[in-house]
Amino acid sequence: MKQGVIIKVSGPLVVADNMSDSKMFDVVKVSDEGLIGEIIELHGDKAFIQVYEETGGIGPGDPVYPTSMPLSVELGPGLITSIYDGIQRPLSVIRDQVGDYITRGVVAEPLDRSKVWDFTATAKEGDEVETGDILGEIKETVAVVHRVIVPHHVKGKVKKLKSGQYKIDDTVCEIEAKDGIKKITMVQKWPVRVPRPYKRKLRPENLLITGQRVVDAFFPLAKGGTACVPGPFGSGKTVIQHQLAKWADAEIIVYIGCGERGNEMTDVLLEFPHLKDPKSGATLINRTVLIANTSNMPVAAREASVYTGITIAEYFRDMGYSVAVMADSTSRWAEAMREISGRLEEMPGEEGYPAYLGTRIAEFYERSGRVSVLCSGNREGTLSTIGAVSPPGGDLSDPVVQATLRVVKVFWSLEDKLAFQRHFPAISWLNSYSLYHENLEESLRNEVAPDIVETRQEAMKILQEEAELAEIVKLVGVDSLSPADRITLETARSLREDFLHQNAFHEVDSYCSSKKMNTMLKLILKLHHLSIDALNGGVPFEELAKIKVKEDIARSKYIPEDQSVQLEKIAKSAESEIEVLKRMYAQKDVVLGF
Amino acid sequence: MQKEYLTIKDIYGPLVIVEGVEGVKYEELVAVELKNGDKRTGKVLEVDGDTAMIQLFEGTTGVDIYTSRVRFLGRGIQIALSEDILGRVFDGMANPIDDGPQIIAEKRIDINGDPINPYARDYPEEFIQTGISSIDGLNTLVRGQKLPIFSASGLPHNRLAAQIARQAKVRGSGEGFAVVFAAMGITFEEANYFISEFNKTGAIDRSVLFLNLANDPALERVATPRMALTAAEYLAFDKGMHVLVILTDMTNYCEALREISAARKEIPGRRGYPGYLYTDLSTIYERAGKIQGKTGSITQIPILTMPEDDKTHPIPDLTGYITEGQIILSRVLYRKNVLPPIDVLPSLSRLKDKGMGKDKTREDHADVNNQLFAAYARGKEAQELAVILGEAALSDIDKMFFDFANTFEMSYVSQGEYDDRSIEETLDLGWKLLSVFPTGELKRIRAEYLKKYLPKFKKEEAAAD
Repeated sequence: MKQGVIIKVSGPLVVADNMSDSKMFDVVKVSDEGLIGEIIELHGDKAFIQVYEETGGIGPGDPVYPTSMPLSVELGPGLITSIYDGIQRPLSVIRDQVGDYITRGVVAEPLDRSKVWDFTATAKEGDEVETGDILGEIKETVAVVHRVIVPHHVKGKVKKLKSGQYKIDDTVCEIEAKDGIKKITMVQKWPVRVPRPYKRKLRPENLLITGQRVVDAFFPLAKGGTACVPGPFGSGKTVIQHQLAKWADAEIIVYIGCGERGNEMTDVLLEFPHLKDPKSGATLINRTVLIANTSNMPVAAREASVYTGITIAEYFRDMGYSVAVMADSTSRWAEAMREISGRLEEMPGEEGYPAYLGTRIAEFYERSGRVSVLCSGNREGTLSTIGAVSPPGGDLSDPVVQATLRVVKVFWSLEDKLAFQRHFPAISWLNSYSLYHENLEESLRNEVAPDIVETRQEAMKILQEEAELAEIVKLVGVDSLSPADRITLETARSLREDFLHQNAFHEVDSYCSSKKMNTMLKLILKLHHLSIDALNGGVPFEELAKIKVKEDIARSKYIPEDQSVQLEKIAKSAESEIEVLKRMYAQKDVVLGF
Repeated sequence: MQKEYLTIKDIYGPLVIVEGVEGVKYEELVAVELKNGDKRTGKVLEVDGDTAMIQLFEGTTGVDIYTSRVRFLGRGIQIALSEDILGRVFDGMANPIDDGPQIIAEKRIDINGDPINPYARDYPEEFIQTGISSIDGLNTLVRGQKLPIFSASGLPHNRLAAQIARQAKVRGSGEGFAVVFAAMGITFEEANYFISEFNKTGAIDRSVLFLNLANDPALERVATPRMALTAAEYLAFDKGMHVLVILTDMTNYCEALREISAARKEIPGRRGYPGYLYTDLSTIYERAGKIQGKTGSITQIPILTMPEDDKTHPIPDLTGYITEGQIILSRVLYRKNVLPPIDVLPSLSRLKDKGMGKDKTREDHADVNNQLFAAYARGKEAQELAVILGEAALSDIDKMFFDFANTFEMSYVSQGEYDDRSIEETLDLGWKLLSVFPTGELKRIRAEYLKKYLPKFKKEEAAAD
């Protein structure tokens, strides 16, 4: 392979001559320091290269070494619990090699080559297998069984397959294919910009339980669905992403920290080994892969990080798992695209973003879904994607938000007004939406409660009414409202403060099971019905406004999951308290009647 | 022997284009010597074949095409560091300006620094007591955090920053601390205020000052914060000190960046600022933090003035997306003579939850904090309502919140420049203010804490009646 020569350096963009052998999106090593770059344009013998590391000290005349390989990730056991940079270099290994700072030209293997894994064969010698079929299993962590699947373009008869102790590069299986014997190891390579193929897409119709009341009750996400969380800074995007990464009932979580704060990644790293998954009981880190390309790390690698993350997620999807990807924040990814585009002197679209912004965003989100994966039998996997968007000034007309809204099905709109009131999660109940309500109806009725859809609609209606009544109150004051309307306001307040508000940092409230969520919602609505009923029975609003049980309802979110009896008690005391009031005023009526 | 080039082709704005160069590297440091012996420094912004584009820090005044000599120094911009920098004053390019000797370097470090490996970071969680209620109580600052002050012209941000520098301490620790102060384009008077404040408290001996004042070359400002942060990293991670870095005013820094970008004819992003402003700012702010296994830490307090008090302006906006919260000053409060005029509701410290609680501050801290916020927000709403309807139209409970918002501003937020409140004083003050409400309204506080703390303040009230 001939070697190229640099002729121009401008920030992360390097132009090299004598590159006629190269293909688009091939990886190259720039200069003798071996900086990793990717070819993004070809003009005759000249190649335009985006470099994934700082380019200070690089100049014309320095060599460029082609690798003839597109940017790829390594897939195999050892991914879970790892933390990678944007181009899949493990940060722990980098630290061992070069210390606390990430210096340039570090070469680090994505997967540990010396680790010995316990491989259990599940297929048998003599089996006919094709792409995606499971050959064997490895207990990768306490929570995850890593399935070794037949790589792409391999089909044939298993000739040799034995359980035992292997390193990832060892041959675990030999398959006799048409064109000879294929040796299968536990590791595969896959180019990040190419979606991994599947048989066909299916309609997402299972609920992804997140343990967040506002999400699960009002704006649910399906397994295999897509959601976006746009909001100004300080509105809690990252906390929501972290909460979902912690509590969502997916089997694998891929968390992509794309151009965000270093300390946030550290937070995840330090916290996840201690938090328990409510379903499996293992700590959360045992199902998590982290990609951290913080804001001060090279901008081009930030562009690659989302692809690295989603490719790893697809790999686990192909094993038949439900995978959730959190990308925080896709705006930083879009900005990285803009920066590279600017350096290429491309004609800019809206706000300086490249004209292909919308296409890239759509392509990214379309890699999620519920699919029937490639294999000889029938296996399903789901990949859900949740992207945070950070529009400038919280302005939703931002091109990244708009391009994202065109493709995602769930929109959780964060409002800084709510954040100022410390109403978290600051998801607006009026502006957000989920288009999965219909898809999920059956799943909701089965998994949450048979009447959850109706309960939700009623609660939503009360909140809508509150918004309308608030307008009137602003003009003429609260006293001019009818007592029934004032009850509605009280109930709406209770819905907001006692139900929708959820304290992510409270040991109990951080996760709310769907059963508890349903009970809480019903409790608030029950009090509403009782109050309206009492009002009709002659009890004045003032009495109903100050009943004691409200305090218990307000605290119901802090009742641990295993003490649900207490919730029932609250419902009982609501009934009895209202009953007392009703009787009191009924007697008064009788007295007055005489 | 380095080659000297006499081949300048173009000069425009702060940029110089040199032709026929060989072996020039991106971001290399450049020395330009004028005919009269004046020396300028610059750095390479782009190399294209044998043409180099250089940005001069001191500007291009007096540079000519035919006699100015250009030398490429074969290295990036470095700063000479040793422990002797403490107590010294430097200009924006780290040359001493206090009549002291040159620093004899123990180390020379490239000012661009490398990103801290997120895997090597230690999570900041040691509570720093600033003695200011609205920070300690509501927007707790921790060691290794970056918490900017969003201010506007005419507001007392410098006094607040000086107060923090003066009062900040981690309780129960006597570890070495230092202040690194970087001034970018502020006036002599403002810089002098900080120097005299540091002098008054003796903090000057533990301080390093980098001053690029309003009349100094604007483009030097691009290097100044990096000089300061490289010095801070040296003190924190080589010498094990806890370093507080004050950067003021980031708005001037961004303007210098815009000037260079405009001169390069780059496609501008919002308001003419370059598209890479976010990336550039992050390489400054992200240098705050703590590293596992190292004693030292870097806590950053950048100050910026929001043009037209607009929080959505690109500078505060992008800063807010990188930093761990923000302290916002309010003109309305300042007019009411609330000092420091911290606008509590939009202010935020993202790391507060890690810095508060048992063993750090007090067990009830998080709950009291949440309750104060909620009550103040509701009080503010009531005030808005009262503007339209008149105070008389408020319900009894709303009136309570209305009054609460006023007392809260006047006694909790407002405390004056020299009042150093301990965290217990701050928390107790919070309880005292909240004690006016019926217990049922205090929904954000756990029952056990209500039981433990509230009676004390309710009783005091009862006794006062």
